[in-house]
Amino acid sequence: MKNSIKQVVTAIVALSLVTSCAKKLDLFPVNDLTPETTYANAEGYKSVLAKIYGTLAITGNTGPAGSPDIGGGLDEGSQVAFIRGFFNCEELPTDEAVVAWNDQTIHDFHNLSWTSSDPFIKGMYARPIYNITLINEYLREATDEKLAARNITGTAADDIKKSRAEARFLRAFNYWVMLDLFGKSTFITEEDLIGTGLPKQIERGDLFTYIESELTAIDADLAPAKTIEYGRVDQAAAWALLARLYLNAEIYTGTAKYKEAARYAGKVINAGYSLQKGYANLFMADNDKQKNEFIFTINCDGLRTQAYGNTTFLMHAACGDDHDEYGTGSGWNGYRATKALADLFEDKTGATDQRAMFTTSKYKTDAAQLVINDISDFSNGPHVKKFVNIRTDGQAVSDVKRDFADIDFPVFRLSEMYLIYAEAFLRKADSTNMATALEYINKIRYRAYGESDKGKLGALDLTLQTILDERGRELYWEGHRRTDLIRYGMLTTSKYLWPWKGGVASGTAVDNKYNIFPIPATNRTSNPNLDQNTGY
Amino acid sequence: MKLTRLLFLLVFTMCLGCITAMAQDRAVTGKVTDSSGAPLSGATVIVKGTGNGTQTSTDGVFKITAPPTAKSLVISSVGYLTQEIAIENGSINIQLRPAASILSDVIVVAYGTRKKSDLTGSVTAVTAKDFQKGNIASSEQLLQGKVAGLQITSGGGSAGGGSRIRIRGGASLNASNDPLIVIDGVPVENNSLSGSANLLNTINPNDIESMSVLKDASATALYGSRASNGVIIITTKKGAKGKPKFNFNTQGALSKIAKKIKVLSAAQITDIVTADATATGNNTYKNVLGTANTDWQNVIFQDAPSFDNNISASGSLGGIPYRLSLGYLNQDGILKTNHFNRYSSALNLTPKFLDDHLAVNVAVKYSRTTNRFADEGAVGAAVAFDPTQSVFAENKYGGYYESLQADGKPIDLATRNPLGLLDLRDNRSHATRLIGNVQVDYKLHFLPDLHVQANIGMDKLGGEGDDNIDSLSATNYKTGGRLTHYKQKKQNTLYSFSLFYTKELASIKSKFDVLATHEYQDFYTDVYNYASFSQRKANDTIPGTAPTFAMDKPQFRLESYLGRLNYTFDDKYLLTASIRRDASSKFSPQTRVGYFPAVAAAWKIKESLFKTSNVLNELKLRLSWGITGQQDIGNLYPYLPRYTRSTSTAQYQFGDTYYTFLRPTAYDENIKWETTTTYNAGFDFGFLKNRISGFVDVYYKKTKDLLSVIPIAPGANFDISLLTNVGNMENKGVEFGLNTIPVKNGTFEWDFGFNVTYNKSKITNLLKQKDASFQGIDVSGISGGTGNNIGKFMVGEAPYTYNVYKQIYDKSGAPIEGLYEDINRDGKVDAADRYLYKKPAPDVLVGINTQVIYKQFSLGLAAHGSFGNYLYNNFQSNNGVLRAIKNPLSFIGNASVNYLDTRFANNQYFSDYYIENASFLRLDNINLGYNVGKIFNNKASLRVAASIQNVFVITKYKGLDPENANDTGVDNTIYPRPRIYSLGLNLDF
Repeated sequence: MKNSIKQVVTAIVALSLVTSCAKKLDLFPVNDLTPETTYANAEGYKSVLAKIYGTLAITGNTGPAGSPDIGGGLDEGSQVAFIRGFFNCEELPTDEAVVAWNDQTIHDFHNLSWTSSDPFIKGMYARPIYNITLINEYLREATDEKLAARNITGTAADDIKKSRAEARFLRAFNYWVMLDLFGKSTFITEEDLIGTGLPKQIERGDLFTYIESELTAIDADLAPAKTIEYGRVDQAAAWALLARLYLNAEIYTGTAKYKEAARYAGKVINAGYSLQKGYANLFMADNDKQKNEFIFTINCDGLRTQAYGNTTFLMHAACGDDHDEYGTGSGWNGYRATKALADLFEDKTGATDQRAMFTTSKYKTDAAQLVINDISDFSNGPHVKKFVNIRTDGQAVSDVKRDFADIDFPVFRLSEMYLIYAEAFLRKADSTNMATALEYINKIRYRAYGESDKGKLGALDLTLQTILDERGRELYWEGHRRTDLIRYGMLTTSKYLWPWKGGVASGTAVDNKYNIFPIPATNRTSNPNLDQNTGY
Repeated sequence: MKLTRLLFLLVFTMCLGCITAMAQDRAVTGKVTDSSGAPLSGATVIVKGTGNGTQTSTDGVFKITAPPTAKSLVISSVGYLTQEIAIENGSINIQLRPAASILSDVIVVAYGTRKKSDLTGSVTAVTAKDFQKGNIASSEQLLQGKVAGLQITSGGGSAGGGSRIRIRGGASLNASNDPLIVIDGVPVENNSLSGSANLLNTINPNDIESMSVLKDASATALYGSRASNGVIIITTKKGAKGKPKFNFNTQGALSKIAKKIKVLSAAQITDIVTADATATGNNTYKNVLGTANTDWQNVIFQDAPSFDNNISASGSLGGIPYRLSLGYLNQDGILKTNHFNRYSSALNLTPKFLDDHLAVNVAVKYSRTTNRFADEGAVGAAVAFDPTQSVFAENKYGGYYESLQADGKPIDLATRNPLGLLDLRDNRSHATRLIGNVQVDYKLHFLPDLHVQANIGMDKLGGEGDDNIDSLSATNYKTGGRLTHYKQKKQNTLYSFSLFYTKELASIKSKFDVLATHEYQDFYTDVYNYASFSQRKANDTIPGTAPTFAMDKPQFRLESYLGRLNYTFDDKYLLTASIRRDASSKFSPQTRVGYFPAVAAAWKIKESLFKTSNVLNELKLRLSWGITGQQDIGNLYPYLPRYTRSTSTAQYQFGDTYYTFLRPTAYDENIKWETTTTYNAGFDFGFLKNRISGFVDVYYKKTKDLLSVIPIAPGANFDISLLTNVGNMENKGVEFGLNTIPVKNGTFEWDFGFNVTYNKSKITNLLKQKDASFQGIDVSGISGGTGNNIGKFMVGEAPYTYNVYKQIYDKSGAPIEGLYEDINRDGKVDAADRYLYKKPAPDVLVGINTQVIYKQFSLGLAAHGSFGNYLYNNFQSNNGVLRAIKNPLSFIGNASVNYLDTRFANNQYFSDYYIENASFLRLDNINLGYNVGKIFNNKASLRVAASIQNVFVITKYKGLDPENANDTGVDNTIYPRPRIYSLGLNLDF
């Protein structure tokens, strides 16, 4: 007995000593991958590429919410989603949108009174930079040397090489968002490694040049227009972005580049795209069928690409009790337009110009309806039934609960290119002509009036104001309005007033600092390299 | 230790007895009773200095002869403290104190025990007799109000629910502020487990002998990296040698709702909606008014019975002391459908072998709890639901009234029928827990001063359940109901190997006591992920619910070396020095090792300066310094660059194919421990044979390298915020505890004790680089709007200080909607006019305990209070507006009564009007006991008791309950804490 006990004691003592082993402290999560294992094969690259594209559609790794890409105390659904943030910045400060909710500082957008501590702006500064950080990491891992070292060859390697150009396009696109909203930007490329230092800031003019050079540089590496799988970008996307960049070059750099704008718009126009029948179909659940008109879309799916800030937001936020007509089970009672948008249409009912989509079973377009007495009262103002989660073929949408939308968000579509050409012509760009400009505008209007010439314009109708109005009618709620109004000098000035501009029912001019958003204060705290924009 | 001294004493007295037992003897009689006054049979009575001894009879009476030289009697009994009493003329009455109070002399500390009088650190031990009384399911509740510096706040009134525990405020911002819990030498994980409401409810309070609360660094530093927020050591009851003794106790209780949330009545809602319709000419809401008068809180709450039965046996079998217990607790919650049930058993064996050189201690505790979790959303629904509607209605949603749209389907985002939420959801689980440890202590034969101790412990948990929602439920009708299975297993294994060396060198009046330990602990969780299914047909997976991975296994490990030296000089001067080296798998090989030293000294002033004083019986000064760490950050791999796979609902479409993502995670490869330096000074004192005793402690805690989630430069990492080491905070405080026995005589005793804690926490830095314009970090999300925060982490302020607008009031004192003070006087009221106002943490905590014993009766009261703490009344800010009644989604809701004061149309979330003083004093418990004494022919003794818990609360707070377990101080509707009436009986035989 005693001996056996002694043996047990000895064994326990021995065991206690043997268990010591420092290596045991190197643990790795079972379901995660290291950078090495992630990029060990082509599938890994594709999953990261999907993430890079997906950052524009959803907010994290769990749809619709749960593991956000961007923390910092921001709300995943409303503050770090690309489409929603972009919409709040580009549409909410304009005549095209107002919001009824009380979410934090959301009213400051339409009031044109935001500050550098605004959380929505913080989210919209963070989102493109986050996307770029990811793209840089991908570019570091997708070099020819690394592919060779990892034995990735053949078509798989070719596809990854092509995807490098796509990633650079997306980086340029994200930088364009920074350029447009903030002017100067945090600037990082694949040379800036993770966690090693404070990023530098780039001035607006230099950023313009960078985007321009990147887009031109990748032209040869991108797939020819309309030859790559749906959802991925090709040469036409880069041309479209260049066209948009040049159209606004005077604002961005002080030097007009309308000729280049028209040239790149023309390249897209001649790449084989065509306007599709039925304007409403462009914003419905199965709008992937409209890819002949779409140059670059952000793809959303109610089941597989879920977020509260993609087209799901555009659908939900615009409806109330009339949500069934929007193809969803519930309304969020949030966003409407102002009367000024409705007034761009002579006939607001949609009977002639089908783009006037302000009528639902609950809300019509009578004069009393269009007036907003109380911003917080969702029932006031023209309701916008543009993004609708119903399929043209009547089939069921992917989410049985109809909580999340299938609608793809068109970033660039052919109409914009037509309008860029026409505006460039009116702004006296070389190598443009009236006949083509008129032809393009009338193509848009022909479709808008239900394949009819009822809305056809003549040469005398073609003015810059007409183009701005036509852009309003054709592209409203697609994220163009603020940029357009700035280009026309109308966002902050008294040249154009709309209801509740500047927080006043009749509209008022505001300080011209609101032509550009402030650099979020917290970012300046954590990165002293960032200078503030004038006036903030 | 005490036992050996006792033996020594006995032997010594026997020797003396041989010499002196010769002169004229006399008869001495007396009676021995227990602490309740009941006669104690079988107690040994020895005339000190002689061999004369006897035992008391069944009525506690003894008669013994003593020589004239004999001066005193020594009375002892198993389970009681041995007492010496002078021989007087006439009958001698002796009351023995229970052995449990031995533990108040020797208390459990980190890696061992220590005589209370030799303590150098700040430790408060509470033993079973002083535990909070009444119907208590979760063990931490036993300490409510008992310990200075300890704040226990139950999360609410749910059956088996848990609490937030804070020792001396919190030392951390983003890392956990929970103390480390050590059960019988096994540090356990206290994070949640699927299927368990709270891990501390798996320990039967009846099995607990003592709980030690370790507060200063010298007491806690031996736990190193997990000790910054204090340590609670739970020690379970053990057997004692002797005849088998049994205890049976049973308790029946009834929980009733103590207070309801004040909302508007059906008549008030009808009036408001009707008046509004007249004023606006809009009848939308008037048309949906109902005609019923429903108090929805009455609908969802119930009187809830509970029963608790425990039986234990202790004694020795074949020379092996044992204690075995079985317990069964069955508790209903006051929220309908809430239920908790626990079967528990505990076995302790403490055999000794090899001439007592080898001591083995085996402790095994097993429990199985079953839960039915109620949908606690029903509480919020009940206070927001239209009172003009009846509970039931003809519809497709189970017959529960719901706000429907024109098409007959429920309005998606409307408040759901509270009773429907409860009845149509069935979430049941069971959780098992096995905590076992084997401690083998071997005193070397050739060097008895040296002990070798091995301790192997295991804490194994499993939880599993099914959360099923009926297909008729308005919440899930679209998917045809929902069936969700969940399951987790956890295991925590401890290997520890120690050397103890004790040496007394009388020549230099010194005592040494040295400990060296090597310890290794492994924690892992097996997380099982399942899809959810509809109830329409078998295996009908609800789209989007299929998990990406069927399993996950988060794991971390700690490897530690620790050493401690206790040095005593001349029994007056005490020194403790310790150091622990921890290496954690949570940090990189370069940063994972941390050293946590502590030094403490004590001076027994009484023994040095007032040796002869009869008034003063204890006075001791304690001083300590030490460094502890913190690594409980949720993220187990914060230093590793890694890519994570997205869920099936987060994919992107290329062509016709959807691809899941691989996303890189933000990481800080240099992340390391958060460290807290604590200074502590204290006095322990006792007067008049401890009729008055107490302590006072002053502490200063400074935490640096806070594990904080802070904003980082966009573009520097894969996020704009990162968990990293930055920032400092400090806690300062004073603790005072006093126990008195104002009256004590043969039949009447009155005990009175209280403790007071003052604590102040302040953030002293949050940034890596200086920035004068830094506006702090927004925290404390609230209900209402999206992304709204009510608090800030701000340098110079307490954590979670509220950040609000200053409300302007009209002449009658009513707040004016949307009108706030322009604090910065820039002519407009905007975000820059929010100011920092009050904080959620209390300045002062108070605990009060008193007991009166008269003959066989005892009456006890226990109360605790908290002062200087404020709450954000989120329920009122969210529901006290017209918008809550006239919901924009076209249904009627209810509002909190303060709507009648404010008449706010829209929510004014950031008004300081909603920051309310939540100081309170709660009478936790009134208990009445009656000691029946011996029954069944003196074979058993019986005690009966009755108690009321949560008797009343004194507060100015206008919400339901000023006590809130939320660090952020945001008070939404909680599961109300019930008032509990219980009756119990306790039988020893």
